[in-house]
Amino acid sequence: MSELLAIVLTIITASTPLLLAAIGELVVERSGVLNLGVEGMMAIGAVCGFGAALASGSPYLGILAAMAAGAALSLLFAFLTVTLVSNQVATGLALTLLGLGLSGLIGESFVGQPGVKLERLHIPGLSDIPYLGPILFGQDLLVYAALAITAAVAYLLFRSKLGLVIRAVGDSHQSAHALGYGVIPVRYACVVFGGTCAGLAGGYLSLAYTPQWIENMTAGRGWIALALVVFGSWLPWRVALGAYLFGTVMILGFAVQTKGLGIPPQFLSSLPYLVTIIALVVISGNRALTRANTPACLGQPFVPDR
Amino acid sequence: MNKMMMATAAFALALGIGAASAAADKLKACWVYTGPIGDFGYSFQHDQGRKAVEKEFGDKVETKYLENVAEGPDAERAIERLARDGCKIIFTTSFGFMDATIKVAKKFPKVHFEHATGYKRAKNVATYNARFYEGRYVMGEIAGKMSKTGTAGYIVSFPIPEVIMGINSFMLGAQSVNPNFKIKIVWVNSWYDPGKEADAAKVLFGQGADIIVQHTDSTAPLQVAQDQGKLGFGQSSDMIKFAPKAQLTANTDNWNPYYISRVKAELDGVWKSDDTWGGMKEGMVVLSPFTNVPDDVKKMAEDSVAKIKSGELHPFTGPITKQDGSTVGEAGKSLPDEELLGMAYYVKGIDDKLPQ
Repeated sequence: MSELLAIVLTIITASTPLLLAAIGELVVERSGVLNLGVEGMMAIGAVCGFGAALASGSPYLGILAAMAAGAALSLLFAFLTVTLVSNQVATGLALTLLGLGLSGLIGESFVGQPGVKLERLHIPGLSDIPYLGPILFGQDLLVYAALAITAAVAYLLFRSKLGLVIRAVGDSHQSAHALGYGVIPVRYACVVFGGTCAGLAGGYLSLAYTPQWIENMTAGRGWIALALVVFGSWLPWRVALGAYLFGTVMILGFAVQTKGLGIPPQFLSSLPYLVTIIALVVISGNRALTRANTPACLGQPFVPDR
Repeated sequence: MNKMMMATAAFALALGIGAASAAADKLKACWVYTGPIGDFGYSFQHDQGRKAVEKEFGDKVETKYLENVAEGPDAERAIERLARDGCKIIFTTSFGFMDATIKVAKKFPKVHFEHATGYKRAKNVATYNARFYEGRYVMGEIAGKMSKTGTAGYIVSFPIPEVIMGINSFMLGAQSVNPNFKIKIVWVNSWYDPGKEADAAKVLFGQGADIIVQHTDSTAPLQVAQDQGKLGFGQSSDMIKFAPKAQLTANTDNWNPYYISRVKAELDGVWKSDDTWGGMKEGMVVLSPFTNVPDDVKKMAEDSVAKIKSGELHPFTGPITKQDGSTVGEAGKSLPDEELLGMAYYVKGIDDKLPQ
């Protein structure tokens, strides 16, 4: 395998979990809810996905379990913040702590056990095309799923009535409520969608990226996903670009290190953050557009007037 | 991120207090870990030592531990909590706990402290470490024999002497069988991020390395090696289950005998502040069984282990040539420990610059 091919393939696997978690959170925030618990939901998704795959021998059941686990945890968040109107920031942080702690507890017996790997697809003929084959037709299912979800979210948010309702709820929940849209059910659905995606991202870590379970294996990826949503100004394809840019710069950093150029590795490690933020801020140069895309009710509690 | 870790530690502390109501006549021995005990690496191995102490002394000892304790001010609080809780001997297992340990030790002169991998001691603070570089030398020899491309990929965390010593020792071992051996070094700036470690391994294999060495804690790089039909070495724990066809051996930490002997000293009332730096001879560094190697390589590795144990072979025997061509150490004599512990240069043959 040539060096370039190895780099491109590694970039794709490194970017996919970020994209999965970020695209889910984007929908949540578009509905006006800020869920800082992405990291915790990812961890729960990772451990449950791993456990289910180990028990059943099927990575696909693992994926389903990861999604269900993320969804379950987000349902708890929705109940606390949407129904009981608790503070979203505090509840989100608590969700992260809960998710990380609980995942460690659930996963205690999984430590030191090799997991079930989600294999890459192999389409006879197509996957064997030099270079392009393995990149375009030889990835695991979730790589394509992440892009498909991005496309679906982009379409639904901006080209469908459902998207209009979600955005209305996120921009002005009072008006949406006055028009007769169910703010609370819409937010519930969006939060659970976000949790499902975060769980899937976690499952990607423990089933495809590094098929194993160890505590804290999410290693801050949930926080990066959260930042990507903001810097991608709540636009699906920009968030996808940000995720791939982040992965690209990180992997190139590794590749450059071995060339003996003497660039400090500490600097290279911080580069993905710098480049991604700068690039996305530059793209979002149009302030009016950015403001228009920021959900106006983000993080604000909604209590229907009676 | 930092805040979150602190909160986690605070949570861990709260749990610790809950479990702290046992008989007073037992000796309370306590441990502080920087990672989760579920890391299957560094903290995991320390916790195996704690369990060995429990097994050895049974009813005479009660053990406690705090995991996921952030290095820095949080560590001080965690250690102090344990001291207040009646722990008589406290093992702080990470380099970053050094200053916190010394500070708390001043406040509790009757409690005995043991700090791993540091260099600051006091009347009630002992230090201990393991000569991991001994294992790395033998790994280098094996890599020199087994690599077809003559190139190993080396994944590392932070440029501290411990890590640099490991790289150099590995390289000297490899050069002893293949003078033209090359290594490619990638710093991932983390002890523990399976994803990043796997990424680094993939990039290194793509660049022509066919053996992976790591000084980070997860099993991810070995899994990549297994996946791609390449080879590698386990770190801290025996990782053969993760890479049955790829692991050549693993450089494992074995703290059990040390912990047992120190807790015994405490029980017998003969504990003294000391500095222990044990290696293969003391059983603190153990290479797991040599696998996926032909018989002659296995024999060579076993011979080297025997020679290191007997003192016949020391990985850093002078003169050692640095990258810039200057030499250190007297001919035929091993480098003194202080020089090893302050190592801040690469040996000749490493085609890279050491990060400052």
